[in-house]
Amino acid sequence: MRLGKAALLGAVAVAAGFVATTSIATTAWAQNEQYLAGLIYRTGAYAPNGIPFANGIADYYALINARDGGINGVKLNYEECDTGYATDRGVECYERLKNKGPTGTAYVAPLSTGITFALTEKAPIDKIPIISMGYGRSESRDGSVFQWNFPLLGTYWSAADIIMQHIAKKEGGFDKLKGKKIVLVYHDSPYGKEPIALLEERAKMHGFSFTPMPVTHPGVEQKATWLQIRQNRPDYVLLWGWGVMNSTSIKEAAAVGFPRDKMYGVWWSGAEPDVRPAEDGAKGYNAAMLQHGAGQFAVHNDLKKYLYDKGLGSAKWDETGEVLYIRGLVNGMLGVESIRKAQTKFGNKPLTGEQVRWGIENLEISAARIKELGFEGVLQPLKVSCSDHEGTRAGRIQQWDGKKWNVISEWYESDDKVLKPMVAAAAKKYADEKKLAIRDCSKES
Amino acid sequence: MLYREAGQFKTDYAADQQIFPIVQDRLFVAAVVVAAFLVVPLFASQYLYTEILIPFLILSLAAVGLNILVGYCGQVSLGTGGFMAVGAYAAYNLWLRVPEVNNLIVVFLFGGVMSAAVGILFGIPSLRIKGFYLAVATLASQFFLDWLFARVKWLTNYTPSGSVAVGETSVFGWIIDTPVERYLFILAFVVVATLVAKNLVRGHIGRSWMAIRDMDIAAEIIGFRPLRTKLSAFAVSSFFIGIAGAMWAFLRLGAWEPLAFDINRSFQLLFMVIIGGLGSLLGSFLGAAFIVLVPILLNQLPSWLGIKMSTALLSHLEFMVFGAMIVFFLIVEPHGLARLWAVAKEKLRLWPFPH
Repeated sequence: MRLGKAALLGAVAVAAGFVATTSIATTAWAQNEQYLAGLIYRTGAYAPNGIPFANGIADYYALINARDGGINGVKLNYEECDTGYATDRGVECYERLKNKGPTGTAYVAPLSTGITFALTEKAPIDKIPIISMGYGRSESRDGSVFQWNFPLLGTYWSAADIIMQHIAKKEGGFDKLKGKKIVLVYHDSPYGKEPIALLEERAKMHGFSFTPMPVTHPGVEQKATWLQIRQNRPDYVLLWGWGVMNSTSIKEAAAVGFPRDKMYGVWWSGAEPDVRPAEDGAKGYNAAMLQHGAGQFAVHNDLKKYLYDKGLGSAKWDETGEVLYIRGLVNGMLGVESIRKAQTKFGNKPLTGEQVRWGIENLEISAARIKELGFEGVLQPLKVSCSDHEGTRAGRIQQWDGKKWNVISEWYESDDKVLKPMVAAAAKKYADEKKLAIRDCSKES
Repeated sequence: MLYREAGQFKTDYAADQQIFPIVQDRLFVAAVVVAAFLVVPLFASQYLYTEILIPFLILSLAAVGLNILVGYCGQVSLGTGGFMAVGAYAAYNLWLRVPEVNNLIVVFLFGGVMSAAVGILFGIPSLRIKGFYLAVATLASQFFLDWLFARVKWLTNYTPSGSVAVGETSVFGWIIDTPVERYLFILAFVVVATLVAKNLVRGHIGRSWMAIRDMDIAAEIIGFRPLRTKLSAFAVSSFFIGIAGAMWAFLRLGAWEPLAFDINRSFQLLFMVIIGGLGSLLGSFLGAAFIVLVPILLNQLPSWLGIKMSTALLSHLEFMVFGAMIVFFLIVEPHGLARLWAVAKEKLRLWPFPH
């Protein structure tokens, strides 16, 4: 009993200290540093996909500090917090980190649709922009309602549209889709449900049958779903999974004999950790590309020179050519370029989230600039504006040949004739429900 | 020496029936409540409110609700997350569809009442099924409710992703949006609810629950009706849990999806009640504090101590140490943290001259 009492006293003392420390949050910060909070995950069921992304972001910031001495002399101070892909923990991390540094975090990129949804409610109050590159709310592309959300490079509706365009092209046109059966195997969370609205719209337009099939988190149990697929014999299966769910889906597809070349994953279901565990079963599997694929690009030379040769890289060198690592680099680069853009207006000093928001909204990256940054072949030029927070809507399809990803298509662009009315309607509904004021984008410079 | 009841005489029944018969206890609890209302707002940071105090208070309320069912009435339930979801979505739909009722108190009470109704419905099997088998039956309610909110689009107002969000919330025209206001509102709700719960469990209703818990056949023989008693426990328990669910959704998350109330939430609350102490309201609070605060504390401790370690190692250490602590506390005191507290008080009465 003595032990128990001591433990209790100890717990009380620690808790008291905890309360005291959290309430006195005035730490001295280096005054000329831009603070960046990283909501990432290196643990939990989604760690195999979270780790390379986190490494990519961390390495890009480190590269900016090592090679350029920061952005125009403003060093980047990056801090990670592990969210484990859990929404409540992600919000806790956000609250913990958002006000650190001289000006608070420049932006957040939570790499989770659930956390993005939760932070969407907080962003206008805290004045911190969210870069949800290739994920998040599809209607948040409409900057007149979602002032603080930036689903750069593409939303889920864009992804679904690109995949459908590719399938239509293979079949010989959208009119040939009539009577086809398309199944969506999705992660049963806001992430997985996002594309359903667009696919239903497309199904109505072209007369194919569309069946969504949910898989519960974390997605290791899919036997029933794939049994249904075997019975239904759909023409195509779309996959909206994340983490271990992806490789499980591909393995199950192999087990029931569904042709993998008729499977199309979203860009979050198209990386090395998704296909490698399925070994030969993954051969022929396709996935959309969030602009970039895998491989070594010009920026890797700098990474090698400034980080990996000195042993400062956060990944292994072989992993730096993988899809999700490069996606982390791209996310870091877009963030850095946004800060750089904001500095042209607000000066070369640490900037607040509100100032960086202006930078993201006015971000324009030309082909020449992409080459300069060492990202040639990784992404296409993009231009963000008040009415278009996506920047670009282009994507390609890649295929796994058992060893590496091969690009098998031309560039597609999601069809704004279909998407734009949907985005406008969904954004308006959100604004009405929350009684939000809508910005007039024609008046924004 | 300080904690001694010598000289405190009870001269009437009212004095004998007080919630805290000992003066020192009364003063201590009053001081805690006053401090929570008046002193905390003087120094607390936003982080302390939104990530520590608010989750702690809301989950405490849910744990109080669950403790009524599991601790006082002896009906093991794994459907807590589902009942929280009922409260949250009922409150959301009232808030959304009847904009005239923009009063959080009404909205939350509606969530509680709906949850109580659903609780009664899923409590019916408890008349035939007992112990672990009942736990399995309530597990079915968890999965059913999860499914319901994920599939019935009307409940989530046809949002494409099933994630709903609330906008401005107010009580009698007072708009609650800053963390301080949220905290004070939740605190007031929790204090009142706890007072209600305390009076329920020490009155004849609570005694009938305990009679059923201790031996249901004997309770039946001495005149308690199992149907009414068990279902009233389910109703009251789900009512509190439903209110907690509505609060969690409205005042903690702001935007949520059914995943916020999944099976893990049910387990989390059951662990709170077990670690805190079955059949003790104080235990509900201690358990909630333990489960909510310790992981966050463990995650931040190294950085306060100036120890640099990788994010991954930090998270893994958090899991390991937290698990070890649960095992440790359950070995030291299987009856929960509330029992530790009671033992400490016993010792304090004899201090500084133990036998």
